[in-house]
Amino acid sequence: MVRVGVLALQGDFLEHVQILRELDGVEAVAVKRVDDLSSVDALIIPGGESTTIGSLIVARGLADKIASLAESGTPIMGTCAGAVLLAKSVSDKTVGPKDQFTLKLMNIEVVRNAFGRQRESFIADVDIDEIGRVRAAFIRAPEIKNAWPPARITGFIDYPGMGRVGVSAQQDSLLALAFHPEITGEKKVYEYFLRLVKA
Amino acid sequence: MKLVDSYVFLEKLRDLIYNLVELRDKARESGAELVPIRTGAPLVKYGFISMFKGGVIMDVTSEKQAEIAEDAGAVGVMVLDKLPYDVRMAGGVARTADLKVISNIMSVITIPVSAKCRIGHAEEARLLEEIGVDLIDESEVLTPVDEKSHIDKWAFRTPFVNGAKSLPEALRRIYEGASMIRTKGEPGTGNVAEAVRHMKLVNRDIAALRGYYLSGDLEAIWLYSKENKVPYELALLTARLGRLPVVNFAAGGIATPADAALMMWLGADGVFVGSGIFKSSDPDSRARAIVLATAFYDDPETVVEAQKMVSEKSAMMGIDIRALKPEQLMQVRGE
Repeated sequence: MVRVGVLALQGDFLEHVQILRELDGVEAVAVKRVDDLSSVDALIIPGGESTTIGSLIVARGLADKIASLAESGTPIMGTCAGAVLLAKSVSDKTVGPKDQFTLKLMNIEVVRNAFGRQRESFIADVDIDEIGRVRAAFIRAPEIKNAWPPARITGFIDYPGMGRVGVSAQQDSLLALAFHPEITGEKKVYEYFLRLVKA
Repeated sequence: MKLVDSYVFLEKLRDLIYNLVELRDKARESGAELVPIRTGAPLVKYGFISMFKGGVIMDVTSEKQAEIAEDAGAVGVMVLDKLPYDVRMAGGVARTADLKVISNIMSVITIPVSAKCRIGHAEEARLLEEIGVDLIDESEVLTPVDEKSHIDKWAFRTPFVNGAKSLPEALRRIYEGASMIRTKGEPGTGNVAEAVRHMKLVNRDIAALRGYYLSGDLEAIWLYSKENKVPYELALLTARLGRLPVVNFAAGGIATPADAALMMWLGADGVFVGSGIFKSSDPDSRARAIVLATAFYDDPETVVEAQKMVSEKSAMMGIDIRALKPEQLMQVRGE
């Protein structure tokens, strides 16, 4: 039984939990407190507002615990806001450099709201290394603009007017996705993520 | 038009469907099964709203207030010309906010920006969509232009939120294309009583529908939809889910962290705070405290901590709802 925690401070954590519950051999738990984090084999940081989740991580002092999980090789997946929170460097397409809290666990640079506002949110199919083709919902999505070792960009989308845009990145067992597999119900992504958990 | 003409029409419709299927199959054979980039799809609208869950959307009237809201951890801001309390005090006609103010706010904060339009005023909604507002609130706080007929919200790429004070009202709004529902409460009063009443009314109807469904009494669901003028399919969907089929926020009169936590306990997915923050004398700490209490509503220790961050002496004075004349009630607008 693999115990997967979903960070339940704000956002669509329930959607992640519901998909995980449909998979075999997985126990999904919503985690909010430092103590909850001690017993998980993998962690998902869901979509939501990265500034809100970030400030709640600070308010509840969860950052060190999450960092120590990452250090010990516990797989962590961030979707959309979650990906922003994993990044070392964050800016916003219109507002510019943004002084917001992030966990700084992955060597990636993300640009928030890179495709525009909600009006420009979209669904598309994307190819991700080792996962394959997935249907992805991009909602006020960030772009993974840059990655440096040991992180690498693992998926791109050809977006009109922007060219090849990075939408997923991996650094050992850390996974950052600019989109929401929990909204389109893409189980392939979760199955891959679970394979990262060391037996 | 003759009846046989409609037969011709139906045949053409069938041919069209066959042709589309054929085209799809051809495209598949040639390997082009990639879904092209598709905006405005319902899933993208509902998905966007899902990201608000567990969060607080704050009413603001200026860039400065919007920045305070963002720093406090709001998941979004709602731009108005006047806060609901001031709308009450000012009287007259309340309309959508200055587009310039909305655009300026969009250029200084990174979180989603919503704005209100009048009930039935499709043109105000089109303007808000054009300047790129992320969510439109067809709101009873502003003066309605057509209470009999709400905006056709399916025609927009931008998602809508509507107020409701009962389940039938909520389901009618969803049928018109609303992607999100909020309680109406009694806006601008600083009194959460009406929001509580509306939330409990909705919950009670859902519990009844759920009961019918579990006992296999579909006829009762059919009767419910008939009596309450709601589509049967939506009543059935609600019965199957055991909750509102879209995200449901609490709104109207929330003024303290405890108010927000109370609404979360009653089943709200998140809260709107209108006058409660910027009509208090401690907006910064109050905004932070309400965000904390909403996220941790089920953890009494944290709610205590949040409640201690504010002082009752700084809360907005509020208005006794019983002192309002019937024509001053906003919740009865547009049912």
